[in-house]
Amino acid sequence: MTRSERYPLRRRAVVESLLADRGDLLVVAGLGAPCWDVTAAGDHALTFPLWGAMGSAALIGLGLALARPARRVLVITGDGEMLMGLGGLATIAVQAPENLAIAVLDNERYGETGMQATHTAFGVDLAAVAAAAGLPVTGTVGDDAGLGAAVAKLRGARGPVFFTIKVRAEDLPPALPPRDGVHLKDRFRRALLGEKEAV
Amino acid sequence: MTRSPPEWPDDIFRALRGMDIRQVAYVPDAGHARLLDLCGAEPTMTMVPLTTEEEGIAVLAGAWLGGRRGVLLMQSSGIGNCVNMLSLTRNCEFPLFILVTMRGQAGETNPWQVPMGRISGDVLGLAGVMVHGVDEPGRVGETVSAGGRTAFDGPAAVAVLIAQSVVGIKDFGDQAD
Repeated sequence: MTRSERYPLRRRAVVESLLADRGDLLVVAGLGAPCWDVTAAGDHALTFPLWGAMGSAALIGLGLALARPARRVLVITGDGEMLMGLGGLATIAVQAPENLAIAVLDNERYGETGMQATHTAFGVDLAAVAAAAGLPVTGTVGDDAGLGAAVAKLRGARGPVFFTIKVRAEDLPPALPPRDGVHLKDRFRRALLGEKEAV
Repeated sequence: MTRSPPEWPDDIFRALRGMDIRQVAYVPDAGHARLLDLCGAEPTMTMVPLTTEEEGIAVLAGAWLGGRRGVLLMQSSGIGNCVNMLSLTRNCEFPLFILVTMRGQAGETNPWQVPMGRISGDVLGLAGVMVHGVDEPGRVGETVSAGGRTAFDGPAAVAVLIAQSVVGIKDFGDQAD
């Protein structure tokens, strides 16, 4: 049994607490398990779930946060997805939008391809990378007390905020959002911008 | 001999302002240097420097989700960095507007720019991006205006390829003329 199979935090419960009473929160979900977790917590027009475009989640969040500075933007993604876009943390640090928060559910595995180890299984520290890039609020948590503090900062601290949340490596049944990208984009814009602006 | 600076970057800037571009995502190219200065001095435009060009496709998709228009500036070698990310554009039918300054065309003095420069238009076309080439300085502004209308009114993915004959040849100072 490897290390992350013993982590106490369970990803579905973590995402439920991240999205509790979400109000007018704007959410981007990275491909794979985080996307299923966010859907399991409740499909929502103001969630933009990704089925592909690996490495894009935090950067979609950046463009959205810059476009709508009065709205909180929360990116929920995985360690493999974040590793593919590490340069994006430098790009986000340069812009430093206060309304952007990134939560990485780090199970140290590529969950969609057979649970192979990611670089974080060998000690690569994503929160340290984010801090070195210049994000002002960062941390790594792995238990309930840490999660509570991280959720408060992800939802409310002046950002950009970045937390690695260590979660148990477990293979859960997927909860699938709609596959149609045009539908996902259009419903998000309608919900955010109104019918007139969105068309 | 002192030459006056080219006017086509100013024409692009006016076109971008006219279409309400708010985010300018870029990896710098010498060919875009003046345009980057002009956009950087425009208070309504947010400059978003990227570590690699594919980031810009994601950033501008996010901008569109938030109701804002953006443009992606790069040199031709950056197109190869974008290919998988263009699946985001295509699947969701995001508008995408890319202005590419070409390298690797006639007169290129760096052979490493040639492979990507030769296939730039084909790669974009295969990935679902409409390609508009322009090789006359006097037609750059109108080509950018037309491309932007297609991109944002479509929505569509559009790239304007500005020929090396417009941009100029980079001189490394080691060639006999």
